Amino acid sequence: MLMPGMKSRPVYPGFKADTFARLNIIAIEGEGANALLDMAKTVTSEFFERTTILFSATGPDAGAHEARLRALNANALWVFPTLATTMFRLRGTLATLTVGTRLYAAGTEPFLGSVIQEAGLVGIDHASIITEHRGSAKRRVQCVHCKGLTEDVTTNPVVCAHCGLHLLVRDHYSRRLAAFQGVCIDAEVPGERPETEELYK
Amino acid sequence: MTKSTDVRVRVTEVETVALGIKRFTLVPVDGRQLPEFSGGAHTVVTMPDGDRLRRNPYSLMSSPFDGSKYQISVLRTENSRGGSHYLHDHVAVGSELSISQPVNLFAIDRRCRRHIFIAGGIGITPFLAMATQLEREAQAFELHYAMRSRPRGAYVDHLVERYGHRVHTYVDDEGQVLPLGRLLSGQPLGTHIYVCGPSAMIDWVLTAAREAGWPDENVHYERFLAPPGGKPFNIELAKSKTSVTVGEHQSMLEAIEAAGVDAPYLCRGGACGQCETNVVSCTGALHHNDHYLADDEKASGKKIMICVSRIDGEKIVLDL
Repeated sequence: MLMPGMKSRPVYPGFKADTFARLNIIAIEGEGANALLDMAKTVTSEFFERTTILFSATGPDAGAHEARLRALNANALWVFPTLATTMFRLRGTLATLTVGTRLYAAGTEPFLGSVIQEAGLVGIDHASIITEHRGSAKRRVQCVHCKGLTEDVTTNPVVCAHCGLHLLVRDHYSRRLAAFQGVCIDAEVPGERPETEELYK
Repeated sequence: MTKSTDVRVRVTEVETVALGIKRFTLVPVDGRQLPEFSGGAHTVVTMPDGDRLRRNPYSLMSSPFDGSKYQISVLRTENSRGGSHYLHDHVAVGSELSISQPVNLFAIDRRCRRHIFIAGGIGITPFLAMATQLEREAQAFELHYAMRSRPRGAYVDHLVERYGHRVHTYVDDEGQVLPLGRLLSGQPLGTHIYVCGPSAMIDWVLTAAREAGWPDENVHYERFLAPPGGKPFNIELAKSKTSVTVGEHQSMLEAIEAAGVDAPYLCRGGACGQCETNVVSCTGALHHNDHYLADDEKASGKKIMICVSRIDGEKIVLDL
């Protein structure tokens, strides 16, 4: 069931500046800072005069990443301690903005998924968001049985944090839920399941 | 395949709705209901013009919810290849035509929160059906309608009466200009623009939107191309094991159909991608006239859209 070519498996093409945008909102999580620092080499300082950065200071070396982002001299840099607080601010920011704003997101996949989900609520098409995956390959997984979301999943199978079933983590992705689907792996013979592998470190 | 789902219709009304524009009301000959469609859909009308069949796409402009009839509005164009002249000059009440099932390549994006329609001249037609649909669904829209002169502006009175302040008109020969720059600024996220009209107008809107930072996903357009003519050449159909000659004013698709081979198509205007055909070999240069294939696909020489493209050369072998 971990099949290649799963259509719903998102692709994150990488940062590339849209120099026409009137305003840039750039949501960064942890090591995603490096994606922006790389892109910064391709644009003029004028780009950052029209840029607001929302930084979720999580993951390794968050302090060092924050310092490097500050050195970009963006119009604004907002720093948050968690994913949830970052998304709260993103929602407030997007509420009043106009078309001509370009949204960027870089970080782990759960972070990218959350940004895309928030943006969708105000009518931003996921395809128009410029994304880059950086950092851990961890996944957010929804248990298809109890519907609970398990965060920071790095193994397959994984135990559902809500109902305790052992779940096969599929590549089947839901953009609406910003999560991969997890299906009970030992439904036929309870207890009979493959070794746990750390696939999404 | 494509032919068997066509519907025979009878023309029950022909009205002149503006200078050079006629509206045709089409009712199924067998008295059955036509399928409901979605605003922005078109139908391909087959016209028996002398010894050849003409097939042209026209936007459906009647209510998408009315299955008793379809209506199309046709501008008599001066540089027409014949389709609009045929409809204007030879089709009257009682005439019978074949139409395809509705196809929508210009659909409303239901995720968007605000719709801005930009129409130029006869490009108003898809918006009539789209406005009917959005009105019924209580969705916000506004229409900006540019025309060369008042006599050429079809349905202005109807639109203003029905939608009031949501309709804005701009009359060229009265010096009124569509305020595109203003329309593109200050629109809340989730706003989408839809444009239909002359090619130059579509280019103007697409360029201005891109330069104003609008993502491609927020800009929709529909442009049907008429297949340009050119020197005659031969097509060899590898699978059908036959060959046909493409005349000066004929498209490859038309020539292939005239030879009795059923090639797939939907829009016949270089937009939808349905008639994408693999090129086995070609002696001569491919002239790609579509706006479907990506530039690298065009350059590869391996694919061609047979509805609008042709070759400058002797012979092309197609995988058909």
